[in-house]
Amino acid sequence: MVMIPKIKVNIDGKTIEVDKGKTILQAANSTGIRIPTLCHDSRLEPFAACRVCMVEVERGTSTALVTSCNTEIADGMVIRTDSEKVLKTRKMVLELILSDHPRDCMTCEKCGSCELQDLAYQYGVRESQFFEEPDGGIIEDENPVIQHDTSKCILCGRCVRICAEVQQDYAIDFKNRGFETQTGTPFGKPRRDTTCVLCGQCVSTCPVGSLVEKQAVGMGREWDFKQVKTTCAYCGVGCTMYLNVKGNRVVKVTSKAGSVPNDGNLCVKGRFGYDFIHHPDRLKHPLIKKNGKLEEATWDEALNLVAGKLGEIKAKHGPDNIGVFSSSRCTNEENYLAMKFTRAAIGTNNVDQCART
Amino acid sequence: MTNSIAEIKDCKLIFLIGGNPTEAHPIVGLEMKKALRKGCTFIVADPRQIWFAQHAKLYLPVRPGSDNWLLNAMAHIIIAEGLENKEFIKTRTEGFEELKSFVKNITPEKAEEFTGIPAEDIRQAARLYAKSEKSAIFYTLGITEHTCGTDNVRTIANLALLTGHIGKSSTGVNPIRGQNNVQGATDMGALPDRMHGYQYLSDPAVVEKFEKAWGIKLPRTQGITSPTMFERMNKNQFKALYVIGEDPVMSEPNQNYTINGLKNLEFLVVQDIFLSETAKYADVVLPATSFAEKDGTFTNTERRVQRVRKAVNPIGNTKPDWQIICELSNRMGYKMDYPSPKEVYDEIASLAPVFAGINYARIESNGIQWPCPDTKHPGTKFLHEGKFTRGLGKFFVLPYRAPAESPDKQYPLLLTTGRTLYHYNAGTMTRRSAGIIHKTNDCFVEIHQSDAGELGVFDGEMVKIATRRGEITARAEVSEKVKKGVIWIPMHFVEAAVNKLTKDAYDNITQTAEYKVCGAKIEKI
Repeated sequence: MVMIPKIKVNIDGKTIEVDKGKTILQAANSTGIRIPTLCHDSRLEPFAACRVCMVEVERGTSTALVTSCNTEIADGMVIRTDSEKVLKTRKMVLELILSDHPRDCMTCEKCGSCELQDLAYQYGVRESQFFEEPDGGIIEDENPVIQHDTSKCILCGRCVRICAEVQQDYAIDFKNRGFETQTGTPFGKPRRDTTCVLCGQCVSTCPVGSLVEKQAVGMGREWDFKQVKTTCAYCGVGCTMYLNVKGNRVVKVTSKAGSVPNDGNLCVKGRFGYDFIHHPDRLKHPLIKKNGKLEEATWDEALNLVAGKLGEIKAKHGPDNIGVFSSSRCTNEENYLAMKFTRAAIGTNNVDQCART
Repeated sequence: MTNSIAEIKDCKLIFLIGGNPTEAHPIVGLEMKKALRKGCTFIVADPRQIWFAQHAKLYLPVRPGSDNWLLNAMAHIIIAEGLENKEFIKTRTEGFEELKSFVKNITPEKAEEFTGIPAEDIRQAARLYAKSEKSAIFYTLGITEHTCGTDNVRTIANLALLTGHIGKSSTGVNPIRGQNNVQGATDMGALPDRMHGYQYLSDPAVVEKFEKAWGIKLPRTQGITSPTMFERMNKNQFKALYVIGEDPVMSEPNQNYTINGLKNLEFLVVQDIFLSETAKYADVVLPATSFAEKDGTFTNTERRVQRVRKAVNPIGNTKPDWQIICELSNRMGYKMDYPSPKEVYDEIASLAPVFAGINYARIESNGIQWPCPDTKHPGTKFLHEGKFTRGLGKFFVLPYRAPAESPDKQYPLLLTTGRTLYHYNAGTMTRRSAGIIHKTNDCFVEIHQSDAGELGVFDGEMVKIATRRGEITARAEVSEKVKKGVIWIPMHFVEAAVNKLTKDAYDNITQTAEYKVCGAKIEKI
């Protein structure tokens, strides 16, 4: 193991020891001091675009404002995260960001989980002296899963960077200049015709309501959902994800940074492949074949028939004429019970599953 | 996997063979992309120019079915150039001399003839792999779905043993598992020869332990695997089958043979969430709940036992699989009475040492990787540190065995199959998801442009693909992505089921079917 040397820094009057090479933001977080951020995502390289994370660092007799997300700590550094200068500047930065952001929180999908809304609330930024009517709007795109509203974009670049750094798909980027700046696909092409794989990683990192899950629009806000932590049912990676439930319906699928083993990342199947849960084609009743046609039956009818018939075949031909296919799609508990059922209830070792196929 | 997913980003060299993580295991793909950004060297052996092939230092366009030549020739170079880890071989392995004399004649030049990979590239691959400080091999079904699948895996293991690239962090041999709980289904003993936790029925102590715990006499007859069951069904020597959460009509090779077998059964029960292709042949269909409607655990590719939690109530009149099995068992006279899956897991842990330390309370926030022998044990991040399960690592001498069916005059193209990013296996779930079908929703056949040119086939044209077992129609995707002489078709589309074409030939040990090689032809419509 390579030992990382420790260095001492002072944050808000508290001296702490931190691994060399950490940023001020990481050092502060490790000691429980929260510095607000907008363009930061732990999955991405620091970008220092939003300037919300500015802190004051002593430099000789004067002080300097630096962005904490991309400034490495140095031995003996003295940092203030909550000085008057910091708070005043942060408020100004928020006003500047809000100058080009619609004030329609009451109808926004992200209301309640919007990082910009939370900061405006925390710092009491109600008006912006620079306010302009934001331009842009919802981009027309036939894809049914990602909705992009350019008017709400704060140009933090998280979507662009997650697509480039993490996914390495390079499907979206910044375009135009100044107030006209937007993010989007090359030449505004539909996502289907670009390198976009509809993974929705851009949605997962957007701090505001610019990129949202299209199928969940109008279905509720974060406080409406029960978030149930579970494991993805597609491939064998086993991503930890949250089913966002309202009523008896899975409305969307999300994950969280730090989740094992996926660190908040999900693919197109994990994030958007959940429609099958409530699909009208789902089997809803037991079926029994009568005159060549499968007809609805009760559980008692179906289970009695299966138990009776398996018992009959066992008695007549012996248990080794019966086989059970358990499933790589079912839980461990179900696989265990299936093999126990085969051996103990039927009395054969003829149990197998789709690991071979 | 012998390593963990979190270790991937720190690999110095990744040798990816017969796997396409950016599509089949996208989040493992992201971890590999992290490694790539950090300067990890990639060697990619695949008949298709997959994403990592395009970003690899060395791309080896291997002809499907010839992996044995590539791997043995790499072993040849490692030994011939003295790149082997002598200390590791001496202390941790056996059978080195036999391997050494066998691979002496497996030269890269000979391997080039079979694999189509330039001999110099094979040399280079062997050197890079042997010399890197942290080399990890990753493979998936491109290695295992052959009649020589087990041989392939052992030939891979030879390379790791030769170089000592095993039993360390970010260094090992890593099969990435394809289905959410394929690891768990195997761990749980849903196999004819063993109980859960890799306790084999050939051991009388295992039999005695389970007979005592379950209060029954265990069957003494040898169980049979699913391919053998289908063989017997086709011979009319098998009476009943109970299929849980699987669609063999779509997923088994040679669909006609599978369907014939099912039709010969006296009684077929299918338990699923949709009326699968297999369910159409059933006498009774039992409606199960999806993963969102039940509690339990899945075990991922890094052996991590993770919680599955009920988010919504069962849809319609469905029941979770565990409950259906219990109710059936009770009706058949063997009592199964569990208040919830938690108690089932407690029984699992109590009867298998490798899971003994795992319970629901311990995996509440994050899963635990088995082996985990007691409740103080943190779980096992990577395997084979200091010692192998069997003691010494064994080298295997494995000469090349040709696929069961190679291209010939009548069927001149080599058909190989696989998965795509957007769809999953038989497509029953993904083809019912709007976002996914927006991006892709039809079957296609990848063909090299020079083969397409000879056939007069244009990109986007519908063509007929036929083998000795059947034919399907699909859209031609003409490019240079797939190797010349090879065609590739995904397995997800019921209207163009590629398993109508594949051959029902199996690996001699695992009985995994040879989905990756058979002879085929393409005709214009």
